[in-house]
Amino acid sequence: MDFKPKIIGFLCNWCSYAGADLAGVSRIQYPPNIRIIRLMCSGRVEPYFIFEALKSGIDGVIIMGCHPGECHYMTGNYEAEMKYQLLKSLLTYVDLDNRISLEWVSASEGIRFAEVVTNFTNSIQKLGPSPLKKIDKDSELLFNLNALQIAANDYRLRALIGRKRKILDEGNVYNKKYPKEKFEDLQETAIYDEYQKNRIILYLKKENLSVKDLSERLSIAPNKILEYIVDLRGEGLIDLKDIQELTPYYTAKQEA
Amino acid sequence: MEKIGAVLIIGGGIAGIQSALDLAESGFKVHLVEKTTGIGGVMAQLDKTFPTNDCSMCILSPKLVEAGRHPNIELTINAKILKVDGEAGNFNVNILKKALFINSEKCTGCGVCAQECPVESIDLYNEKMVINKATYVKYPQSVPLVFSIDRDKCIGCGICESVCKAHAVEYFQKDEKANLNVGAVILAPGFDEFDPTPLQVYGYGKYPNVVSSIEFERILCASGPYSGMVLRPSDGDIPEKIAFLQCVGSRDIHHAKQYCSSVCCMYTTKEAVIAKEHQHQVNPTIFTMDIRAYGKDFDKYIIRAQEEYGIKYVRSRIASIDEDPKTHNLILTYESEDGKIITEDYNLVVLSVGLNPPNDAIDLSNKFGFELNKFGFCKTLPFSLEETTKSGIYVCGAFAEPKDIPDSVIQASAVSANVNSLLFPVRNTLITEKEYPEEIDVSGDPPRIGVFICHCGINIAGVVDVKKVEEYAAKLPNVVYVDRNLYTCSADTQTQLKEKIIEQKLNRVVIASCTPRTHEPLFQNTLREAGLNPYLFQMTNIRDQCSWVHIQDPEAATDKAIDLVHMAITRVRNHKSLKELSLNITPQALIIGGGVAGLTAALNLSQQGFKTYLIEKEPELGGFSKNIHTTLEGENIQSYLKSLISSVEKEKNIQIFTNSELENISGYLGNFKSNILNTKSKEETEIEHGIIIVATGAKEYSPEEFYYKKDERVLTQIELENILETSEEIKKKKAVIMIQCVGSRNDKHPYCSRVCCSEAIKNAIKIKKQSSSTEVIILYRDIRTYGFKEEYYREARKKGVIFIRFDENTPIEVIKENESLNIVFKKPDGNLLKAAADLIILSTGMEAPRNIDSISQMLKVPLNADRFFLEAHVKLRPVDFATEGIFLCGTARGPANIEESVSQAKAASARAVTILSKEIMTAGAVTSFVDENACTGCNICIRVCPYNAIEKDEMGVANVIEALCKGCGVCAASCPEKAILVRNFTKDQILSEIYALGGNLDGF
Repeated sequence: MDFKPKIIGFLCNWCSYAGADLAGVSRIQYPPNIRIIRLMCSGRVEPYFIFEALKSGIDGVIIMGCHPGECHYMTGNYEAEMKYQLLKSLLTYVDLDNRISLEWVSASEGIRFAEVVTNFTNSIQKLGPSPLKKIDKDSELLFNLNALQIAANDYRLRALIGRKRKILDEGNVYNKKYPKEKFEDLQETAIYDEYQKNRIILYLKKENLSVKDLSERLSIAPNKILEYIVDLRGEGLIDLKDIQELTPYYTAKQEA
Repeated sequence: MEKIGAVLIIGGGIAGIQSALDLAESGFKVHLVEKTTGIGGVMAQLDKTFPTNDCSMCILSPKLVEAGRHPNIELTINAKILKVDGEAGNFNVNILKKALFINSEKCTGCGVCAQECPVESIDLYNEKMVINKATYVKYPQSVPLVFSIDRDKCIGCGICESVCKAHAVEYFQKDEKANLNVGAVILAPGFDEFDPTPLQVYGYGKYPNVVSSIEFERILCASGPYSGMVLRPSDGDIPEKIAFLQCVGSRDIHHAKQYCSSVCCMYTTKEAVIAKEHQHQVNPTIFTMDIRAYGKDFDKYIIRAQEEYGIKYVRSRIASIDEDPKTHNLILTYESEDGKIITEDYNLVVLSVGLNPPNDAIDLSNKFGFELNKFGFCKTLPFSLEETTKSGIYVCGAFAEPKDIPDSVIQASAVSANVNSLLFPVRNTLITEKEYPEEIDVSGDPPRIGVFICHCGINIAGVVDVKKVEEYAAKLPNVVYVDRNLYTCSADTQTQLKEKIIEQKLNRVVIASCTPRTHEPLFQNTLREAGLNPYLFQMTNIRDQCSWVHIQDPEAATDKAIDLVHMAITRVRNHKSLKELSLNITPQALIIGGGVAGLTAALNLSQQGFKTYLIEKEPELGGFSKNIHTTLEGENIQSYLKSLISSVEKEKNIQIFTNSELENISGYLGNFKSNILNTKSKEETEIEHGIIIVATGAKEYSPEEFYYKKDERVLTQIELENILETSEEIKKKKAVIMIQCVGSRNDKHPYCSRVCCSEAIKNAIKIKKQSSSTEVIILYRDIRTYGFKEEYYREARKKGVIFIRFDENTPIEVIKENESLNIVFKKPDGNLLKAAADLIILSTGMEAPRNIDSISQMLKVPLNADRFFLEAHVKLRPVDFATEGIFLCGTARGPANIEESVSQAKAASARAVTILSKEIMTAGAVTSFVDENACTGCNICIRVCPYNAIEKDEMGVANVIEALCKGCGVCAASCPEKAILVRNFTKDQILSEIYALGGNLDGF
């Protein structure tokens, strides 16, 4: 019962930070675990930050912004939501998705701010300490989390998310609104692929492996692994190391 | 008499604040005098605003803070006007600053006095629904945040004096007199709510569950008496059935309130919607005669209220209310539209009270010598709704006529245009430019961090162990100095802070105190005074986020304060000096559109000496107004227009381009370059300008229905007026039937065109005056004669004009039988009626002109779904585009009448002058920038930027126009190549806060 969660709150300056101020002025009490990082807009939050927070042992991260339609920067909170949805999907692979939350709090909602913080703190309290708190550097969880973080920070997912609202709400290059469900399917597939590809790279950074080795470690059918390998070679991220008997072995390119 | 470069603004509501900000930014000293103890006015009391449901406080409080901190604005609260002398350009005004009994210079707004005060008093801000203390502040976000003592309630116990660590309590403070010498006066005292107590029929004040709409607004507000739950006063139950009664104190000849209060239909709908949102159990019914949703996007809001929230509208005026004394339910009896008498119980009744002139209207009118109109509001001049009958004294907001927030904000800027043209020769004569010492270059020096921890009296130190925080901070790397202060924000501590920065050679400063939202600019200013760049600073909030919210757990509050201070210290180590951007401004204007709006804006700007280019696509100036003869009030539009055009043509600072179009445009705020193409001669002219005003207007809908253009007996209102003004033809007509909403409020044009009701009534009255025997019938859905226009609706009925409501779901049909024209329509009671007419007059709406898309694309400014231009913010930036330096006015913005277009044009001009009046503009330093080598030109940043602040250069690389960037950082978070960075919110700075808290695995 001695667990005191450490929680980070990313708050936009205009609505939710003002809501926190109002909770203060009104002396509304809430659990003391949250530490607020003030940003101008919730849209500034990059998934990368949350990965770093989790990796440094933070038990929960909550993002707060203006209510939909009320963003001080007009659409920043919608962009925040897009990024949050991506983050949520990514974190399901390592079962950490319940440690993050996104809430809208306005400047007059001091009480709501306190409620949101209380509920989130309670939910983290219930989950217990983050498994990343005491973790050795070679653990599988950290390995997978790193793969997810790289995926989140790489071009493909950032580009997809960066265009998502345009494609869904405003119209794509053909001036058509792409169906939301189809896009979400596509996004999920992209997340899965990027995650697995980054896991492959991370494995290949440690040692040279064959398609069959990788298939075993990732529990993915060898033909699918081969597709990834072809893809990664095409992108210049991995190289063929050598061929032993009939089996090629691959290695990741070392970063400059 | 010598002109004075200062302005007195009376009233610190949203209108007064907007005028103050506009004029302060245009080189004038502003004295903002408010009668209560805080600015913000009624808007600060509102929960949400229509039609966007924006949180009122969220959008207002940045303006409050800006007005409170502006170096050219002097706020005087709790004050009244004593005496006025002088004339336009030079007035002497004596004011009385009533004692607050708390020294506003010393008060830090910490609020300990109010907490300890043993006397309970009534809280007016919450409409007397909750208890306040005798020592109080108007509301928590109040500006200025200064407490005062209510002497009527104070028992003189002396507790507040003993607990105030700032020694600010002064029981014997005296009222003070002050003399203000100003060039102009702006009246913005707002309105008073109609007090329904005297109307005994509604039982207000007698039945506990009858509340006024402003009380209900406080009930709805999250920071209101019931924390946002919808409860009824008698027993705290959720009222399942709520009845809203419209026009209480409006459109009521029996209580001398003949005018329409303009805002009630909309605010009631908003309250009903919010009530439903807050408490799904409630079912609101609105009893109203007409739904006056005449503003931009208002009708859509009404439709949403009905369809999404199930809000019911009943067309009836309730005559009286009875109460069931047992349940305190209220019994309403009314006649439905099909003529049935219905009696129903309601759990709560909200009286939608109208807007009255402020209670000091007569006093102000006597002292300043301007006239009031017959309703007790300020009398204004024709075609100039901001001018009073006394020269040099102007009016804006609800005191001129009941109006909503955007219309008040428009008028507030418009009035600034009047002041600009009166006082421009003495611009910049009374403002103070602050001089700072030269900035010390600290780049390359190792960080020397100074940490200042605030006790805030006992507000922080009473809970947080500040000594422990101090000891912790002192041990952190690069921290060379730590100090604690009783009040870090007090004037003496600021001096100390400056001394310590110099003495200790500090090059980074952390202040752990209250909220940066109000205090960051103060401390940054102190840094500048000490020669430090203001961005070498980080503030952390250990009061609102620690001591005040973890009172029961001092240990945890202390731990949290330590963490927050640690985070701030780690972050500030990564701070760099940032340079605020200086921007040269070309003091020239481009105005697109030569109608009344464009002409007005051009004239106002050119009179102040700004070179103005005016483009009109037609061969002559004048726009649509050329087709209209008079206003509803009877003013002659043609002679007004003629004199306006001739003034513009005579003005040497205006260059007129008729038959011309904008060919292309480049540049940004302060530095635009455009090509103007003469479509006849094909001649091109290149011009440079600092701002753009879009005044492209609208066009009349051209009906395809009702045999228009197929039968000469079917005409539009414009054509009818022309007949009435040029012939006596009408005397031969026995029956004229007018059809409202032709080309408005339908699927194709789902908005109200705002002016057609007034146009129809104007012409109906004209017909009756020329030929009283001619029968005039107006078929309508709602009569929308808002404000004082209601008078003419009454006059028309008095003259025998017949108004019949038609069922909006059944299209009206015009049938030709033999030689006669018949109209068939359905009344709301279901009866089909048929009437013959000699003339059928179509009240046609407005629509956007065809070429609007090209202008929208060229300027990169958005259109709304109805193809009118979309302003930066519906409520508070009604004539600005989101892109800095571009403004809009007139019917390009949405339907408006001529006088409203004139106001908007003046408003756009005043907004433009806040830029044009500066040779060099400084913009914030928190902006984005691009790493050119990493950018791949994918366009994502350009798409996510709401301010058009990013463009691609000729190399295909993104380039941030820093003058337009607001520093939200969305681009930085979205760039797939991580090629855009945002100053002061860099990845490293944000991560350093995370790592300080979590400890970093990779050794950051």
